[in-house]
Amino acid sequence: MSANPAILTGGGTLRALSDVLFRKPLWLLLLLLAPPLIWLGVVYVGSLLALLLHSFYSIDEFSGLINYEFTLKTYAELFHLANLDVILRSLLMATAVTLACAVIAFPIAYYAARYARGKWKALFYLLVMLPLWSSYLVKVYSWKLLLAQEGIIGWLADRLHFNWLLDAILAIPVIGGPSLSISYIGTFLVFCYVWLPFMVLPTQAALERVPGNLIEASADLGARPAQTLRSVIFPLALPGLVAGSIFTFSLTMGDYIIPQIIGNSSVFLGYAVYLHQGTAGNIPFAAALTVVPIVIMLIYLTIAKRMGAFDAL
Amino acid sequence: MTTAVSFQHASRYFGSVRAVDDVSLDIAEGEFFAMLGPSGSGKTTCLRLIAGFEQPTAGHIEIFGETAEGVPPYRRNVNTVFQDYALFPHMTILENVGYGLMVKGVAKGERDRKAEETLGLVALPGYGARRPSQLSGGQRQRVALARALVNEPKVLLLDEPLGALDLKLREQMQVELKSLQKKLGITFVFVTHDQGEALSMANRVAIFNDGKIVQVGNPEDIYERPNTRFVADFVGSSNVLSPGLAKAAGGPAKWASLRPERIAILRAAEKPAKDAQRTSVTVKAVHYQGAITRLNTVTNSGDPINVAAGSQLGKFAEGETLTLTWQPEALHVMAGEA
Repeated sequence: MSANPAILTGGGTLRALSDVLFRKPLWLLLLLLAPPLIWLGVVYVGSLLALLLHSFYSIDEFSGLINYEFTLKTYAELFHLANLDVILRSLLMATAVTLACAVIAFPIAYYAARYARGKWKALFYLLVMLPLWSSYLVKVYSWKLLLAQEGIIGWLADRLHFNWLLDAILAIPVIGGPSLSISYIGTFLVFCYVWLPFMVLPTQAALERVPGNLIEASADLGARPAQTLRSVIFPLALPGLVAGSIFTFSLTMGDYIIPQIIGNSSVFLGYAVYLHQGTAGNIPFAAALTVVPIVIMLIYLTIAKRMGAFDAL
Repeated sequence: MTTAVSFQHASRYFGSVRAVDDVSLDIAEGEFFAMLGPSGSGKTTCLRLIAGFEQPTAGHIEIFGETAEGVPPYRRNVNTVFQDYALFPHMTILENVGYGLMVKGVAKGERDRKAEETLGLVALPGYGARRPSQLSGGQRQRVALARALVNEPKVLLLDEPLGALDLKLREQMQVELKSLQKKLGITFVFVTHDQGEALSMANRVAIFNDGKIVQVGNPEDIYERPNTRFVADFVGSSNVLSPGLAKAAGGPAKWASLRPERIAILRAAEKPAKDAQRTSVTVKAVHYQGAITRLNTVTNSGDPINVAAGSQLGKFAEGETLTLTWQPEALHVMAGEA
């Protein structure tokens, strides 16, 4: 008998189990994926389907009870002028917030991905994530204080003799108002603030994956930095920007707290959903309203794919 | 003859690391120039200094008589073939090749025509509609070459362009690159750590070590007449003989190099040639390499001597005793070693 066998034998049940999984890697994969798949399949997709189903029911206007019969009546209600107004307002706000976040996030993400190293990179992550650690409500109320008539921004404008500028901005029709905290501008600023990290992080990840030598190759072939940005860096970072915009866009569309606290009390989609499912008890209409951002996102992603946003993936 | 690239005491430091240390070098127009050295010897940094990706910390660089310091890469009529090709993944092959023309504002029809023409030059006609990910390594290498050549650069820089290819393809590309360079007459500066590649392709070779150039010359000079122990050992793994050993081997008492293939092997009954030097050695290790067999041997006094034996000599065994002989003129005295 050899003192040092070439193939080890024996061992307990655990080792036998490891051996079985080694020989059948598919089983291991199934074992790892089963819990999340059950969660996603049953809880997540299931509730989404239940939501969809409800949007095809209607509410009896007299009794206030749900009429469990298939109908498109609820969807037709979406096209009432008041509801179209809410949808359009939310769409414009979400678009504006997404564009602003992209413009602000790109340089930050570019710096973090291409230049920051070691502790500077850690600092970047810290600064981007820090706002996410504190309560969302606290942040929103803090902004209300900042933006209020007597808030720090008003005070600063007063001290620096920029009153005229602030007044001019607030005098802009529609988006202006009596003070920043009671205007669309205020709502927009706070939305940008709370969703910015969700744009910065995916953009930074996408930029990080752009090999440095592609940028060098572009310069080598005679492209000025602006041309390199347009023709190489931007197209390759686009999947990240699109991923970020999915967050900023849908989070803005779905949020029902910020427009209640900051702004001129006009109704946005999220708040409309909140109103209908709560006191009104109109679950079918709330569900139909929820389908709106889903459809908009699907259209947006289809366009993005057509434009080649995911070619670099 | 016009000087294409001139390094005048150029240095590039990264912190305390002297990547390129006081290099002076002239590369002539139309030359196929190889920079050869181990990893980290500064050859790639030299290439990047020519491309403009790095700026010299000290010294001066000229490209066709014009000062290169402070000139960004996109203003230099110099193009690079990158080690891992650096093709743009989001563009088709035609767009990749036409990129240099596109940024210069050449109209689409004209640049597509030129790009297609250049793809023909590198034997990839009709591949324009594909994506880089759909090509093999060798094909990507050709696209990278076409993308650089379409700009009609004054100097083409190649950073270990064949490193990622398999042996057969590498040999084929060596031949093609060399004939392409002859045909186009463009100055090629070629960085490699493969001495065979450098010797077979280049008109002149610079050997780099520790950020310095240790020898410049044509391939025969470099191989037959290395001027330092480093060159002798790095190029062709020569036997480096100390002054004492060189004297015993029939040369002057100076550092010398003795190429393994210049040593003949005699087995028991054979007689050495007239005038030949001889020594008795024991075989320590045998490395069979097909056409030749490399033998690590030691003399009776314990000095190692490496020998390359032709396959016609048959098999060798470890521990076997052999007689080695060589002509005294096979010994090359290295002037660079005091």
